[in-house]
Amino acid sequence: MFIKQLSIFVENRPGRINDVTKALAENNINVICVSLSDTADYGVFRLIVSNPKAAQDVLKEKGFSSTLTDVVGVKLPHHFGMLNKMTEALSEAGVNLLYIYAFTSGKDNAAVIIKTSDNKKAKEAVKAAGLEILNPSAAYNL
Amino acid sequence: MIWAKEETLSRNEIEEIQLAKLKKTVEYVYEKLPAYRVKMEAVGVKPEHIKTLADVKHLPFITKQDMRDQYPFGWFAVPQKDIVRIHASSGTTGKPTVVGYTRRDLENWAECVARLACAGGASSESVAQICFGYGMFTGALGLHSGLERIGAAIIPSSTGNTQKQIMYMIDFGTSLLVATPSYALRIAEVAMEMGLNPRKDINLKVGLFGSEMLTDAIRAECVKVFGDQILVTSNYGMSEIGGPGVSGECEYLCGFHINEDHFLCEVIDPKTGEVLPYGERGELVVTCLDKETQPLVRYRTRDITRLICEPCKCGRTTIRMENFSGRTDDMLKIKGVNVFPSQIEEVLLSMEEIGPHYEIIVEKAGHTDKLTIRVELAPDKMTDDYQKLKGISKRINSRLKVILGLDTIIKLESPNTLQRFEGKAKRVRDLRPKETLRND
Repeated sequence: MFIKQLSIFVENRPGRINDVTKALAENNINVICVSLSDTADYGVFRLIVSNPKAAQDVLKEKGFSSTLTDVVGVKLPHHFGMLNKMTEALSEAGVNLLYIYAFTSGKDNAAVIIKTSDNKKAKEAVKAAGLEILNPSAAYNL
Repeated sequence: MIWAKEETLSRNEIEEIQLAKLKKTVEYVYEKLPAYRVKMEAVGVKPEHIKTLADVKHLPFITKQDMRDQYPFGWFAVPQKDIVRIHASSGTTGKPTVVGYTRRDLENWAECVARLACAGGASSESVAQICFGYGMFTGALGLHSGLERIGAAIIPSSTGNTQKQIMYMIDFGTSLLVATPSYALRIAEVAMEMGLNPRKDINLKVGLFGSEMLTDAIRAECVKVFGDQILVTSNYGMSEIGGPGVSGECEYLCGFHINEDHFLCEVIDPKTGEVLPYGERGELVVTCLDKETQPLVRYRTRDITRLICEPCKCGRTTIRMENFSGRTDDMLKIKGVNVFPSQIEEVLLSMEEIGPHYEIIVEKAGHTDKLTIRVELAPDKMTDDYQKLKGISKRINSRLKVILGLDTIIKLESPNTLQRFEGKAKRVRDLRPKETLRND
């Protein structure tokens, strides 16, 4: 089981992100974390939300094109070298990291969301390195 | 079903009728329409010079500008007391063109439309919903009278309030839809937004479309959204020559059968005005053979087609017009290349990642033309992968490059972003300064 990330197509113009968050707010969908980088005409707005399927339905009604993407959540304690431990595990397993974004909820509760060339393999490698996987239901209820 | 015996006459019989009517029409306009008499005198043609059908080529053309110059009633050949109806074109680019009807004109109009509606799939069993704007536009009342003549049950729902249109379609069991192809697709789209499945919940058997070009791609899209049971046909006319009723497709979809006893059609070279041999593509010119109010002779339609005379499997013997490949005034000249929006549409509709709506924008960037096409990503075709999203635009670009020989900028947008149209869709915005628009 992977975390379902909501990936939304958004044009690069004022108000588009607001349209998304407003629709989610109005439907009591909690946003756990987001990621978006600067691009020219449009971007892929990536979110972990409390109810990915419901969020997708709400957004479809509002005229957004979106998809649910499998991603892996990895808990990373606040110590030196933890992120490096994960990337090393992925590197040794020959898994390519496509993107990564981080979030935290309190002093000892940091985590990263990653998408890789092989999520299954990534999960195993990270676990074998002694890191804890953030399971989907925990992620949605943070 | 074939509605009238005039649709199955032999070539000799139909040409005999055409020649007799042509002679009568030319005598009539020479006597009753000073504006045309002046034109005939200018080229030295008299009614008695018309001895064969081919002699029509000696007669002067009537253009849209001629219609405007005589606004409003300068092309009426009957006194006002004989007029029973007046329609007009939308006149988006100036004064509208006006069309009048006597009682007999209305009779003939209904008869011509009835034939085309039958060819296009209508029958007395049809429950026909007419989603054309009722009013000055000839389309709604034209189709209305033709379908009524056949005995179809008519729902004159006009345009607007698409959700209500869908409610009528379901509750009244609409089997035949009269609309522009783009509005038909809009209806399907709204139905899906309402949580309905147009293939199951709306049981359309016939799409009797008009007022807009129906490309093969749009036809295929209509079948895709409404289901395989639907027969999608198009019919043709224009307000200047009395509205719908000139020609229409039959179930074999191999061209538009012309009501030849009412309209004499020629294809000319739009540059030289020379009549082209049968089968060659050019501008359609129509002569009305049986009109009392507005008997236009050699009206230049600016629509591009060719004539087909091979027999049709449906049993009609009338000559057909090939499905239109554009209008001379729709043609865009971009970086010196002739571009028809229909060419772009064919490519866009073949891409399943994008929806059927689009907008073409032509601008000047420095001294060269810039062609941008806005398209909508289909609601369920989103991907998390930037490369794949870019790939969609790239593929559209390269397919268009093959066809047009031009580079285009493809702008992907969210579903439902582009404007929707209930009447004729306006999908081209030419933002170039006026003087550079038509630089031959």
